[in-house]
Amino acid sequence: MAVSWKRKDLLDLESLSTEEIELILQTADSFKEISQRPIKKVPTLRGQTVVLFFFEPSTRTRTSFELAAKRMSADIVNIQTNASSLTKGETLKDTAKNIEAMKVDIIIIRHSSSGAPYLLAESISPSIINAGDGSHEHPTQGLLDIFTIKEHKKKISGLNVSIIGDIAHSRVARSNIWGLTKLGAKVTVCGPATLMPPEIERLGVKVTYDVKEAIEGADVINMLRIQIERQGQSLFPPIRDYSMKFGLDAEKMRYAKKDVLIMHPGPINRGIELTPEVADGPYSVILEQVTNGIAVRMAVLYLVSGVKKRIE
Amino acid sequence: MRFREKAKVMDAGQIDKALVRIAHEIAENNKDIGGLAIVGIRTRGALLAQRLAEKMRTIVKKDLPVGALDITLYRDDLTAVAEQPVVHKTEIDFDIHDKVIILVDDVLYTGRTVRCALDALIDFGRPKYIQLAVLVDRGHRELPIRADYAGKNIPTSQKETVQVKIKETDGTDEVVIAEKEE
Repeated sequence: MAVSWKRKDLLDLESLSTEEIELILQTADSFKEISQRPIKKVPTLRGQTVVLFFFEPSTRTRTSFELAAKRMSADIVNIQTNASSLTKGETLKDTAKNIEAMKVDIIIIRHSSSGAPYLLAESISPSIINAGDGSHEHPTQGLLDIFTIKEHKKKISGLNVSIIGDIAHSRVARSNIWGLTKLGAKVTVCGPATLMPPEIERLGVKVTYDVKEAIEGADVINMLRIQIERQGQSLFPPIRDYSMKFGLDAEKMRYAKKDVLIMHPGPINRGIELTPEVADGPYSVILEQVTNGIAVRMAVLYLVSGVKKRIE
Repeated sequence: MRFREKAKVMDAGQIDKALVRIAHEIAENNKDIGGLAIVGIRTRGALLAQRLAEKMRTIVKKDLPVGALDITLYRDDLTAVAEQPVVHKTEIDFDIHDKVIILVDDVLYTGRTVRCALDALIDFGRPKYIQLAVLVDRGHRELPIRADYAGKNIPTSQKETVQVKIKETDGTDEVVIAEKEE
């Protein structure tokens, strides 16, 4: 592969080239084996400090990043916002400047405001990895979804991928759309009209409000979590109506292709987006996504750690 | 950086004969053939390991387990190189615990690659022995490491490089000495 990694940060998939995405996927493929060893550790990031800076609750993503960094021998600091000085009125930038002054190498940030990781990337020298910013992007989730699809289907180009749920509030959807369309997949988004962002077609996706149409012919169905915490209730239909119309159950699975993959970024609202027989069924690769998440995050840590720190 | 070829020091026939000799020496030194396994260092060491396993098969009438080791994540110069090297897969599909591991590389030079490989291997378990087989030993060690089996000793200057070419990656089997062009 001719391309080499030159970015200090990983903020989104929108700005990455197809080759850069493929380099991450290829690197992740090499890292996957490490988590299957009896001694799950390589010395690559020895002496480097990784800060996990999470302003929103997260179990899966934070644990996954933490394990990825630990398996590469980095030292890790967890900053939880309810226990930090942010509750005393310090601004995000000031907190970040203070962390930088402690000579850390990589900051992994999750924030409820879209764009927060960009503010850090511009103002401080450590590498910044976006672990989800508001409803903007969640690049490592997009990458691990694509990695999982590629493992099963051996390619991305030409596949039909349907993303079903609350598209408007979903950073997972946006990262998937950017990554998948760059690699040549045909993406369809489906959800309630109130939760469909205007002009989403401009990202190169097809829009449908008919869940049957989204299921039929799809090689991959990515079910989004409904994010009650992010909505004004007025936009969201009653849960029961949503579940009946957009939730995936055995009945709707009859429209699906025989070799469809069912994905979900987690945590699953069982009985709402997916019935248990679908979530635990033979098409589900939901737990593989979790396993692959560690390999993808190790790859990202490896790549950004090699870029010489500089600030304009 | 460009290199100018100075001399061809081994041809395909000599490489093959060297591997046959190494295979015989391994069989002679290790009574317990069942406890042997071969692990090559990517890229060319892994290819040589495959060939060595074939030679061993004709000598001891047994298929030895063969693995490939990528040492990128164990390098001691990652902070010094400009760009992150591409990480390739490590494939060791057998338990190395209590095995006699024949570690294979194309050229033994400073010994730093072998040091990485030893660390990487030991992260997979505790082999009984690790023995080192190289096609070319060119001298200039920086660490206390030596080869148990060497196809050829080639004295070199540090301005020179030894290039082992293998059919699978380079289209031909040969070993040449080259010099950096200024």
